[in-house]
Amino acid sequence: MAQLLNRLRESPSQTAGPYVHIGLTPNFSGISGVYDRDLGIEMVNDMTRGQRIAVRARVLDGTGTPLKDALIEIWQADSDGLHNSPSEKRGAADPNFSSWGRKATDMVSGECVFETIKPGRVPFKDGRLMAPHITFWIVARGINLGLHTRMYFADEEAANAEDPVLARIEHRSRVPTLIAERQGEDAYVFDIRLQGDKETVFFDI
Amino acid sequence: MASDPKPETGAFFQRDRDRHPPAFTPAYKTSVLRSPQKALLSLDNTISEITGPVFGHDILGELDNDLIHNFARPGESAIGERIIVYGRVLDERGKGVPGALLEFWQANAGGRYRHKKEGYIAALDPNFGGCGRTITDEDGNYTFRTIKPGAYPWPNGVNDWRPAHIHFSVFGHGFAQRLITQMYFEGDPLIWLCPIVRTIPDKAAIETLIAALDMQATIPMDARAYKFDIVLRGRRSSLFENRLEGN
Repeated sequence: MAQLLNRLRESPSQTAGPYVHIGLTPNFSGISGVYDRDLGIEMVNDMTRGQRIAVRARVLDGTGTPLKDALIEIWQADSDGLHNSPSEKRGAADPNFSSWGRKATDMVSGECVFETIKPGRVPFKDGRLMAPHITFWIVARGINLGLHTRMYFADEEAANAEDPVLARIEHRSRVPTLIAERQGEDAYVFDIRLQGDKETVFFDI
Repeated sequence: MASDPKPETGAFFQRDRDRHPPAFTPAYKTSVLRSPQKALLSLDNTISEITGPVFGHDILGELDNDLIHNFARPGESAIGERIIVYGRVLDERGKGVPGALLEFWQANAGGRYRHKKEGYIAALDPNFGGCGRTITDEDGNYTFRTIKPGAYPWPNGVNDWRPAHIHFSVFGHGFAQRLITQMYFEGDPLIWLCPIVRTIPDKAAIETLIAALDMQATIPMDARAYKFDIVLRGRRSSLFENRLEGN
């Protein structure tokens, strides 16, 4: 017998459940006075560099019904392609940009809106630049393990065409599931479909 | 984090999906229409997944880790069995994870959540909100004070009950480590009847979500203690990897 590796194993996931708002967005859920404000609701301030955008996201179930109890977190680079994270070793990100946002989907419409900036390009492992993208993490009642995906931008056709991650999607008809449509000057609409012909490409990262 | 002068930048170990519940678990009915059906796209981590938000202790209020008092009127406290929950956040290499933000939420002692969509007949406790948070210390340790939540019925089967549990949301150092799970209590017979618990196929994996009663950490005449360790994904060393981007 060889030596033991003595690794631990990751704790198993359990669904966030219907009351995830109590824990992660208590003020949104009507529990005020415990925290000053919910974490992740403001990603930008007056001094943030870059193009201001709004990302309007929904999560749709297998019948096409928007989830009204989902929680979405996003993670992205600043306008220079740098993340506000200690693990970011390429340089200091914009101190006026959090890189991270968290929103509950609206209990009536199922939509949530992130006020953020358009991210810069981030290198892939081999140095090629990835197209501008936002990483999404979705949890809700009925989702047993948080879902990872990415949002790309419809008006970045050239960058999307050379993106090494999009290039790995075997069924090219599924690529558009990751591309948010532009709405007006500065908004993007991103529908995440959990099932069906247009099921969003989810990642095992 | 200031106390972590050399943050690690390696990719995370591949997630062992046999450890987790599959997406489609029909005995938990809500999963049926909310479970992706196509294969996931496997992606060795890029900088977008290796990095992640890290939160400073300055975000924490004095009572954030005290659910007995953080919603209560001055001089009053939540009703229920007083407990301490403590443990460590580790990664798969066995290293403590410092600076990990933990957020938790739970029902009150009667099994009732403070939420507009909650309809269980058990009474609300005016002194209990049900949320708290803390950040692990340099060795990955955390602790908080609360009351033991009650079990409650939920609409799935006609007579399904959730065992007493506390929800945990955990940040590590990379966005790929993001995890939500639930903590159960040693000795609760409802654990093994619950369709949500049973979405996890491996009994040994379920047992890692059951907190142990720890009488040595109990505060005499005050609160019992439960120990609950959480393991996040480990990460590879980046020392010998080709880094073509020239960093």
